[in-house]
Parts: sequence; structure tokens; C-alpha cells
Amino acid sequence: MTNTLHRRDLLRMAAGLGLSFTVPGLELRAAEQRGPARKKSLILLWLAGGPSQLETWDPHPGTKIGGLTKAIDTSIPGVQIAADFPKLAEQIHRLSIIRSLVSKEGDHERGAYAVKTGYRPDPTTVHPSIGAIAVHELPDSKIEIPQFVSLGEQPFLSRGGYLGDRFDPYRIFEPGESGQNLSPNVDEKRQQARLNSLDVVSKKFGQGRTKRVDATLHQHTIDAALRMMTSEQLKAFSFKDEPAAVKAAYGDTRFGKGCLIARRLVEQGVRSIEVAQDGFDTHADNFTGHTLRAGIMDPAISTLLTELAERDLLDSTIVLVIGEFGRTPNINPLDGRDHWPTGFSCLVGGGGLKSGVVIGETDPQGIKKDPKNPIQVPDLYATILQTLGVEYAKEMITPIGRPLKLCEGTPIPQLLG
Amino acid sequence: MPSRRPFQFVLPLSVAAAVLALVSAAARSPVHPVPPAPPESKLAEVHDVAARVNEVLARIWSDRNVVPARPADELQVLRRLSLALHGGVPSLEEIRRFEGDTAPDRLERWTIQMLNDRRFADYFSVRLARGFVGAEGGQFIIFRRDRFTNWLADEIHKNTPLDQLVRQMIADNGLWTGVPATNFITQAFADDILDYNKLAGRTVRAFLGQRIDCAQCHNHPFADWKQAQFEGLAACYGQARITATGVGDDPTKEYRVTDRMTQEERQVAPAVPFGEEWWPADGTPRARLAAWVTHPDNRRFERAIVNRTWGLLFGRAWSEPVDDLPDPPTVEDPHDILSVLGHDFRNHNCDLKRLIFLIASSQAFQLSSEHPAYDSGERIDDVEATWAAFPLVRLRPEQMIGALCQSSSIKTIDQNSHLFTRFLRFIREQDFVKEYGDLGERELEERSGTIPQALLRLNGRFARETAEASPFSASGRISGMAPTDDAAIETAYLCCLSRRPTTDELAHFRALLTDQQGDNRSQVIEDLYWVLFNSPEFCWNH
Repeated sequence: MTNTLHRRDLLRMAAGLGLSFTVPGLELRAAEQRGPARKKSLILLWLAGGPSQLETWDPHPGTKIGGLTKAIDTSIPGVQIAADFPKLAEQIHRLSIIRSLVSKEGDHERGAYAVKTGYRPDPTTVHPSIGAIAVHELPDSKIEIPQFVSLGEQPFLSRGGYLGDRFDPYRIFEPGESGQNLSPNVDEKRQQARLNSLDVVSKKFGQGRTKRVDATLHQHTIDAALRMMTSEQLKAFSFKDEPAAVKAAYGDTRFGKGCLIARRLVEQGVRSIEVAQDGFDTHADNFTGHTLRAGIMDPAISTLLTELAERDLLDSTIVLVIGEFGRTPNINPLDGRDHWPTGFSCLVGGGGLKSGVVIGETDPQGIKKDPKNPIQVPDLYATILQTLGVEYAKEMITPIGRPLKLCEGTPIPQLLG
Repeated sequence: MPSRRPFQFVLPLSVAAAVLALVSAAARSPVHPVPPAPPESKLAEVHDVAARVNEVLARIWSDRNVVPARPADELQVLRRLSLALHGGVPSLEEIRRFEGDTAPDRLERWTIQMLNDRRFADYFSVRLARGFVGAEGGQFIIFRRDRFTNWLADEIHKNTPLDQLVRQMIADNGLWTGVPATNFITQAFADDILDYNKLAGRTVRAFLGQRIDCAQCHNHPFADWKQAQFEGLAACYGQARITATGVGDDPTKEYRVTDRMTQEERQVAPAVPFGEEWWPADGTPRARLAAWVTHPDNRRFERAIVNRTWGLLFGRAWSEPVDDLPDPPTVEDPHDILSVLGHDFRNHNCDLKRLIFLIASSQAFQLSSEHPAYDSGERIDDVEATWAAFPLVRLRPEQMIGALCQSSSIKTIDQNSHLFTRFLRFIREQDFVKEYGDLGERELEERSGTIPQALLRLNGRFARETAEASPFSASGRISGMAPTDDAAIETAYLCCLSRRPTTDELAHFRALLTDQQGDNRSQVIEDLYWVLFNSPEFCWNH
């Protein structure tokens, strides 16, 4: 434990002692704020390929459809999850489980679109993903680094859509030591010489079209990029100064590193972060595939939850664990499961959402297709957006002049805190 | 036997000579050094149409009281053509040849040559395919984008009339590998279902420039589309099915939909939303639809193709969005350029290359992108709306990497390039487009740059690798072989920006290069390359 008295602690003490007037010049940085005053963040843990609900949060062991997967008790009394997640089982009371998500899209690309945006694909427009909406609606001028960050690789990206390319995520394919393309390829002196020369060439191009060239925002994006390259906040992209034990707890995997960086970004005040884990499209050998990935996810997600809670950040950070759809109750001849957009599962919690709630139920025999208490993805997003403090039903005018609501769902009452 | 001796040498020598002749013939670039002029009679007739296009433009400018920009430098027009038709900037080799061509009408002859170059068919087919079959990955195995675009490229290269290609897309039967046009149908196959609504929506958007998709669920709020019209169109695809033998029709199948109000199923017969007189009575529903879409009187077809082609040349469609055109004017509209170009397209066998030649020959395509309004900020919108200056449009990701790759090589990268060069370009293109952000189907919408893109250009490996001074890269060769500092700077400018440096620019870089030797000299050239890659002039079409 460190003996340094943090400014936060000082303020807390000062407030507690009625001495706040003694620290008048000490303005609390937004990133250091805790409790209800802190602006909320969203972490989306994206399980690409369609994770099986039966091998994750909705196991049915001992039934025809249950397969090899065993279940274990969790920190929510009477609720079991797949036995491949022993660490998460102890932390799951911090989240809620929805076991009855329904969507109409059973294709990866369309399903990912539907689950990330809350809208079915529409050829005439691109809807923004939930992460982009959060950034658009909850801007923060104090943050110098990207407000929407995507860590790891996934085939179908989240987009800013009609909100604009500015709301596309900044992507880091290999989370860990640094961000992507953030350090110059040459030393400072050479970099400065390059920038001086760039100024000469840019000025020439501006002649005869100054205003029009300004409108391209080319120079603006370069300036912003250069500012970002020298920002103190960049350290959030690197876990160099994290203790070895913390790194080990998340796991030496791309997903684990991504979750650790996600925590650091949340601490810095970044609004919206995605961490992706690929490989859930288990049409063959479903059980081995899921066990392997559970080994990656279990330490990463459980450590993320513990650390967010320890740092007093979980109440201001919504964590959503979801993929584009679930997998069939039926096990195919290759020991695999196929696509299943009805009755799939997700974990959601934090940020002031109710925890420990379990919504919906699927048929343990796999005969009835529709789950009990079906939840539409837009309803999940209305819940999340409202909790983040976003007016979810606000109408936006798209570039083609068509009015569209940010989200067409209604919040799920059981989850509202 | 002395008499046989001469033959002992003649035979091997003649074999060697033949091999040498064959190899040099094969190695010779098929691209003619100076493009030949087309027959005078043919040109005169095209000039006549081009003049009418320019008349419309002049009328628009005078009616809106806008003064057009001055003509652009010919090298700049060559750069625009290269970006639009080949997806990159002209190579130094091409620029030198162009400048050495002193015969009359060189820009016209070069446009024709570029259209006949295989690079045009290959590149343009990929762009058109985005409109025709979208940018989604589609169902694994059943949808073969590569087959579709290769087929389209072959046909475009052969000058097959575009209406015929569209008819094949809508109505062809067979396996997606052997009859590649059928991938138009299989792109709508997902999750074991052939999506008839998607096919109907795409047909009208891609080939008729109308967005009818909203009518899938309800009557269109702004336009006249009714839900019943959409259902009728979807029913035209209602008998299509995909089996092991490929795309085909089941003539016994009835197309049924679930009524959104009553939740009851009802049968829907094939129907078209307008122009029933163009709809043949005989044939399979798809064949009838194909005939209707491309019917000579269905002006929406030619207008949609002209608008999209205009968009691909300028980076901005004449009428935006590219796939939602106003209805064709019922009385003659003196400002309607789509009619002039559309009419010519239809009357000349739906010849895509001719259409492109006409657009490229128009005054709008050849104007400078500098304009007093762009400097003062007054009436910029009027100038842009009337095409009175060439628009500034962000290079699409594939153009950006195409330009990067080409400018880092002295020689033209084309079908004659070494396999390794082409492979390297292919890999770089894939990676770069992924990181820069693929624009998907909506690549003709206006966009500004983003910060991650700026970071990628400033610090990414693509700019670093292409600027690197190696024995094979342009910067390395310029650094090692340019006779003077000025020549080195000028060559780098021509490679990257297709122009020469101004006096000020030359002085600036000359000062950096003076007395630099060896590695230091290479570094300055690398830096020059980096600067040019990051300049707005490189990153924007202008």
C-alpha cells in the first residue's frame, strides 16, 4: 500500500471534516472523481462468432442439449453458470444475467450489426453502435485521447455510422505496451523538420482554396493527432507500470491485456471501450472451443470486475458481455452447435444497474424455441443508455434527412437501479 | 564431314534467336508508348455529345451566376483519371511518357488508353460491384465476390453492353462459380434463406437509383412507394431458389408474405411499380424483371448508371445520394445533364467506356479545384452545387494505398509488374484498407478525415515502408541516382503529387539537401517522401 495521500483522499477528508474551504484551489479532475458525480463509461466485451449460451451463462447440464458442459454454483444464490468459469462465478453477483435475448439476425455480419446497434441492417443508412452513441451524447473536452477505443481484433467493426466517421473507434490490435501508431518513426529533431516541411507543402495547396481546404479538417486531424501523441493521458494505453501480479491476474492473452487496458482507460475517463475475443463460431468441436476461450475470459473478466469495484469505478462503469447470437441447443454430428439468435445470453451490470438479477429462461429440453420473458436487444440498449445518462429515444436527423431514434427500445424495469 | 558443320551452329543459334525474340516480345509492355488516335469520324461524333454536356454546364453556371474555375493543368487531370480509373496516381514512367507525347489531343488519347488498360476493368469492376452486390462478406462458399468481380472485369474489358450484364445478374441460372453473374442472387442468401426483399431493394437501388427499401415495412413517407409495390417486386424473385446445382427457379412456387397488420399469410403476384408497358408477358418472373429494369424506355436505368459513374469519377455523385435519384423530368429540363449523358449511353449500346470518356472530357472534370469562392468563403455552396470547380474529395482507402504503392515505385505497377510487387501491393492494400477504415457500400458519401487516419499516415508502417530509401524504392533510387538536388526533389514531387515543386518549395528542400551525402541524403529524401504522403494534396482528390 502506498503512503502517499492522494488528492482524492485529501478532498474526501477535507469534506468529511468540513474543511473543504481549506483546499479552494484544488479542483477535482474528472478522471479522479468517484461516485454519482463521475461521468459514466461503458465497457463492451465482445465475443465474436456467437458464444454458446449453454457453455457460458445458461448451462443445462444432464439434459440432451447440455452436452459435456458442467455447471457450478455462483455468488448469486441458486444460479449456476458453466463450470469453465470458476473465478467469474465468484464475481458474477456484480452483474446481472439475461438468458432470453432474441434477435432476428442469424448471420454473423448482420447479427453483429443488430447486436451492436440495436437496429437491423438497413441498406440506406448505417446506424451507430452503442459505444459511438455514448461518446456522441456524453462528450468530454478534457480527454485528449480517443473517447471510443476498440481493443483486439474482430471481423465486424463498430461504427460511428450516421453520426460520422469521427465516432468510429480508435483501434488497437495488440493491446499492451502502447497504442497504435502513436509514436513517431523518427527522433524529435527530425520529426520537427518534417512538420516544418509539411507546413510548406500544405500552404502551397491552400493557395486559391484556403477555406475549402480548411473544411477538409486535414490539418485539424493532424494537429489533434500530434496533440494526442504528446498527451500525458497516453499512459493509459500502456501497462508497463502495472505490477506483474496484476498483469498475471488478467492473463497473458490479448483479451486479458485488453481488459487491463480497458480498466486503465476507464480510470482516465475514456467513455467507451470494446475488448474483443474471437473464435466462438464453433460449428465443430463446440465444447473444446468454448473451454479454451473460457480459460482466457474467466481470469480477465473476473479480475476486471474486482479491480473496477476496488477502485470505486464499477458504479460508474457499465460492463456488457455479449456476442452476435447464441448457438443451437441441438448438437450437430461434428459435435458443434450452429447459429441461434433466439434465447441467447449476456452479462450486464455496473454503472448503477441492478446486479444479481437473472432474466429469462430457456427450455432445458431445447424443444421450445422461444425463451420465457424474451428481451429484445433495443430494450437492453435503452436500459444501458438511460443508465449512462443518455436520452435514448432522442430523434437524430440522419445525413439523408431521415429522423431516427438513437434507440427504439424501452428500458428493462428489472435492471434499472 | 565438313559440309554439315555450318548447320551445327545455325540450328542452336536460330533456336536461341527465336527464344530471345519470343521473350522480348512477351516482356514488352503491351501499353503503346504514345497512344494512337482513334478514327477521326468516331471522335467527331463524341465531340458533338461532349459539346452538349458542356452547353448544359455553361447554362447552369450562367443561370446561377457562377463563374467556373480556370482549366486545370493537364497533369492534374491525368492524376484524377488515374485515381478514378486505376485506383492510384500516375507513375513517374507514365508522367514522363505523357509529357513526351507532343501529338495533338494527348489527354483524349490517354483517356482512351487508360480505359483499354486492364487496370481499368479490374479496378472499376470492384467499385461497381460494391453498388451491385454490396460490401458485405456474404454467405461463405455460396457467395463468391471474386468470381463476380472477375467476370464483371472481363466483360467490361470486352465492352459488353452494361444492360446485358445487368440482365444476366438478375436472370441467370447456374452455379455461382461457373456462372458468376448469379452471385447477384446469392449475395442475398443468409442463414439458409434467400432474402427476396433484399434482392428487390438492391435491384431498384443499384440499377434504377431509387430507394424503395422503406416500403418493405410501410408506405414510403416521402416518395410515392407503396408497400404493395415493394411486395410485387420482391415476388419477381419469389420463385428463385438455391440448390446444389446453383441458382434456379421453382415454377410451381407461390410467393407468400405475412401481413404485418393481420399476421395472416397471403399470396403476392409478381408486379412492377411503374412502367407496366415495359414488362414482358412471357418468361420467368426474373427474366421479365430483367427486361423491365433495362427496357430502353426505362430512363431510370441509364440515369442511375450515369449518376454512379459520375460519382466514381468525381468522388461525388451528380445527384446525391447516389442511389436515390429524383424522378426523370417529364418536361425537358435544360439543367439535366443525366438526360444528355443517359441518352447517349442508351443509344450507344450502354457502353460504359464511352460514358466515362464523355464525363472525363466534360469541362467539369477538367476544371481546376482552385476558385475565388474557395478562398473568400463566399458562395462555396453555389460553386460546389454547380460543379464550377473540381470538388475536393478525400481519397478512398484503396486509392490512398494505391497511390502510396505507386508513388514509391518509379515504374508503373500493373499487370506486367513482377508477381512479388503485385502480391506486396495486394497484401498492403488489404491491411491498409482495414486500418484506414473501409467505407463499405457508402463510399461516395462526403467524409472528412479522422484522427486515427492521421496517426496511421504520420506514424504507421505503410508510410514508413513506402518512404524507406531502399535500392528498389523510388526514394532510394532518387537519393542514389538523381543527378542534382533539384532533380531529386522534382522527381519525388512528380512521383507523389504529379506536379513539379514551386520555386519556394524547391528552395526549402534544396536547403535541406545541400551538402548531404550518403545516409544523411537518403534521410532527407525519406523525409521529403513522408511530407508529401502526409500533405493534404496527396490525401485529397483535387
